[in-house]
Amino acid sequence: MAADARLALPELILAVSALLLLLWGAYQKKTGPAFTLAAVLALAAAAVAAAVGPVGQAFGGALIADQWAAFAKVAIFAASAVAIPLSDRWFAQRGTARFELSVLIVLAALGMSIMVSAGDLISLYVGIELHSLALYVLAAFQRDNAKSSEAGLKYFVLGALSSGLLLYGASLVYGFAGSTSFAAIAAATHGGASVGVLFGLIFLVCGIGFKVSAAPFHMWTPDVYEGAPTPIVGFFAGAPKLAAMALFARLLTEAFGGAVEQWRQVVLIAALLSVFVGAFAGLAQSNLKRLWAYSSIANIGYALVGLAAGGPAGVQSMLIFMVLYTIDVTGFFACLAALQRSGRPMESFDSFAGLMRERPGLALAITAFSLSALGMPPFSGFWAKFYVFKAALAAGPLTTWAAVIALVGSVVAAFYYLRLIKVMWLDPPEGATDAPPGGAVAVAYATALFACSLVWFALIVLDPISQQAALAFAH
Amino acid sequence: MVGILSLTTFLPLAGVAAILALKAFGANDEARAANAARWIALAVTLATFALSILLVAQFDGANPGFQFLEDAPWFAGLHYRMGVDGISVLFVLLTAFLMPLCILASWQSITNRVLEYMIAFLVLETLVIGVFCALDLVLFYLFFEGQLIPMFLIIGIWGGQRRVYAAFKFFLYTLLGSVLMLAAILAMIGIAHTTSIPDLMRFKFAPAAQTWMWLAFFASFAVKMPMWPVHTWLPDAHVEAPTAGSVILAGILLKMGGYGFLRFSLPMFPAASVQFTPLIFALSAVAIVYTSLVAFRQTDIKKLIAYSSVAHMGFVTMGIFSGNIQGEQGAIFQMLSHGVISGALFLCVGVIYDRMHTREIAFYGGLANRMPWYAAVFMLFAMGNVGLPGTSGFVGEILTMTGVYSASTWTVIVAASGVILSAVYMLTVYRRVVFGEITNSALTSINDLVPREVLIFAPFIIATLVLGVAPGLVFHVTGAATDALVTAYRAVRGG
Repeated sequence: MAADARLALPELILAVSALLLLLWGAYQKKTGPAFTLAAVLALAAAAVAAAVGPVGQAFGGALIADQWAAFAKVAIFAASAVAIPLSDRWFAQRGTARFELSVLIVLAALGMSIMVSAGDLISLYVGIELHSLALYVLAAFQRDNAKSSEAGLKYFVLGALSSGLLLYGASLVYGFAGSTSFAAIAAATHGGASVGVLFGLIFLVCGIGFKVSAAPFHMWTPDVYEGAPTPIVGFFAGAPKLAAMALFARLLTEAFGGAVEQWRQVVLIAALLSVFVGAFAGLAQSNLKRLWAYSSIANIGYALVGLAAGGPAGVQSMLIFMVLYTIDVTGFFACLAALQRSGRPMESFDSFAGLMRERPGLALAITAFSLSALGMPPFSGFWAKFYVFKAALAAGPLTTWAAVIALVGSVVAAFYYLRLIKVMWLDPPEGATDAPPGGAVAVAYATALFACSLVWFALIVLDPISQQAALAFAH
Repeated sequence: MVGILSLTTFLPLAGVAAILALKAFGANDEARAANAARWIALAVTLATFALSILLVAQFDGANPGFQFLEDAPWFAGLHYRMGVDGISVLFVLLTAFLMPLCILASWQSITNRVLEYMIAFLVLETLVIGVFCALDLVLFYLFFEGQLIPMFLIIGIWGGQRRVYAAFKFFLYTLLGSVLMLAAILAMIGIAHTTSIPDLMRFKFAPAAQTWMWLAFFASFAVKMPMWPVHTWLPDAHVEAPTAGSVILAGILLKMGGYGFLRFSLPMFPAASVQFTPLIFALSAVAIVYTSLVAFRQTDIKKLIAYSSVAHMGFVTMGIFSGNIQGEQGAIFQMLSHGVISGALFLCVGVIYDRMHTREIAFYGGLANRMPWYAAVFMLFAMGNVGLPGTSGFVGEILTMTGVYSASTWTVIVAASGVILSAVYMLTVYRRVVFGEITNSALTSINDLVPREVLIFAPFIIATLVLGVAPGLVFHVTGAATDALVTAYRAVRGG
């Protein structure tokens, strides 16, 4: 039991901190610097525990602590820790700061932490539900705002639907494989899945496809991105998708590794659909948050290509892709959160006209994120795609063709990123913007610097670690 | 220890840092800041030019391999690997030669957002020199692809009326070619398990794989070159770009396509190159004749020179795939010579455009009366473009045709008619712009070259004539490397 607790230390730290924070918040009835700092410290402690903690399986294999989980957890906790002060300041500026925000983000991080460690369909579901419920509330956090409430409701209804699909799939798998544990499912599907298990697997893929907003399960994304508070979008566009993809990789590789030929096509179809839906539908957008929703759909498509490539190189590429993408998207939404004109948020293309003259620093940062999302070298998005496509081209003719098609799709998407750059650099200025808050600007600059140069050095460190992480279960 | 190649490549970025510091801490007075940025950019590009001269001076022309090697491991098996051989070193020199002249040419014509303009040019210089120095496949791709960004901004911000359209067309066209090349690069890594260009040149890919990879690289280089029929982005980009942007585009960026064929297609996929040589010859011949005819019909001087560039690049592609020493040497020489001559021609257009703000051929006429010096300079480069003996243009054309003659006589017969056609359109436009009486009253007060413009043209004149009279200077450097290339290629092709 003590050994189990040691393995689950990051989750325990977060669970206890969330409850303590809730008590503290309920007692003082407001948030403040000390409160958010405490939440950030809890996440930092959990990250340290995950990074240096022991490796093994806890609770009869329901929770797996390995290098894969550790790598993903550190990334998730870091993204959550950045989101807390960023969102708190954003709501404080609007006079709607509430202590529940920090608690909810810590709870979401706990859910994601369970997701990436899940070694059983039950713990998988618990993790997904815990983080989803926290995110539904966060999406509707601006409760006086009709759009925010609508976003929360939409997210909830469609999320519940996907949870239903997931549960249905899980029950089918349980029925036909005889167990909910990944190891037992792997033993049962060794050498190919039966039709019943396959049905279950497809439902599981659909359910997780909703969570990562892969096409054709992407419909909620643009509406939720548009309505939800900007810094919250920055949070749930990054870490939760990273967590869901990490979970996806473990589920498909570890539990259904024997049925790889069956799920590879399904994942590739979803991947290519995502790339093209993201690229073409993005062309028609005039709102930047909606645009970035489609951009995220396209990017999940690339990550899925890496996942479909499979093997250590494939899952490693997917992990690196998601980490670099999370950093980019955090930075982009930090820029959006920082920018206002006379107290009104800037979200349309037109409002960014001539931003290069008005706010060169933030305009440069947005340019960097756009080029990165487009996959231009030497920005981080290029390296993300580099890993994914390298793995895909080494994995066989099927993934090779998928990779080439996806690369062509990225040229279509290039148009809207260039359009954003054109609006900021080429068009005449729209007018003065409000002074941006320091915190968001600092996050934007730091992530932009990472995207355009630090990534060259970070990858020297990240490459071997992520390789180790991938070897945790992909052989 | 930082090697001379890294220093040459990244020195322009020091200028970027200086200009950024100027912007962050420097003068509030915009005019003074702009002036300071101009001087910084000029100083840095001149320093880079000096370094590149040092590089060529130290270069050992008898050594066919790569020199000034630098190698540091990076991640995922990639290396930061730099080096130049006889094929690439002169392109470094050409780039460093053109850049300060471009800065000078923009001295007065660019008054809007000068700091950003200078930064874009300096970043572009780093990326272009990097393309020619990189010896790692992925590093090469970084530099090759990265230069789309500054060029997009140069065309998009400081271009003419349809600049946004031209910038998008340039970017997307080139990007589509490049992503296919990226797919081939990744496939090569998967097969050969190395990204080292020297190792890959020795690696023998299976013939079936060679075909696909050759086509993927061809997609990128053919757009870059540009070859008919994927040249349509070029006239738009040239017409809309500011003068210095056109000079860089024609002078250097197009050469990256030819350099790519020489560095990748020929040595790495020789079997596929042999297989596709008829295609290249056909496309080159069509390009030479067709774009020359199109050039003749243009009403815009810049567009005319842009089409003439496509025709001249036709000589380059056919020379490269001739597979013999005259053809290769001629192609390299033609690229260098065209870099100088077309750059100078765009500057000639820039001179009158700065004064009259139009490039319509019909607007001008009789300039010789008011601008005798200009008429003389324009005459020299027009003749160079036609390929008059004594100018550098002649050497490249005659060598490529000699080289291709042994490979495909028909191609040369068609291409040779292009030489005549180039005389037709070039002399016609020269006559219409420069000779005759001044009929347009707006031209009665136009002034001849100012000292700054003379200073810009002087190096171009010297380069054109020196290369035309003493082409051995180039062959001395490129000889050993092209010999090695041709020998290796012939071993595969036979004959």
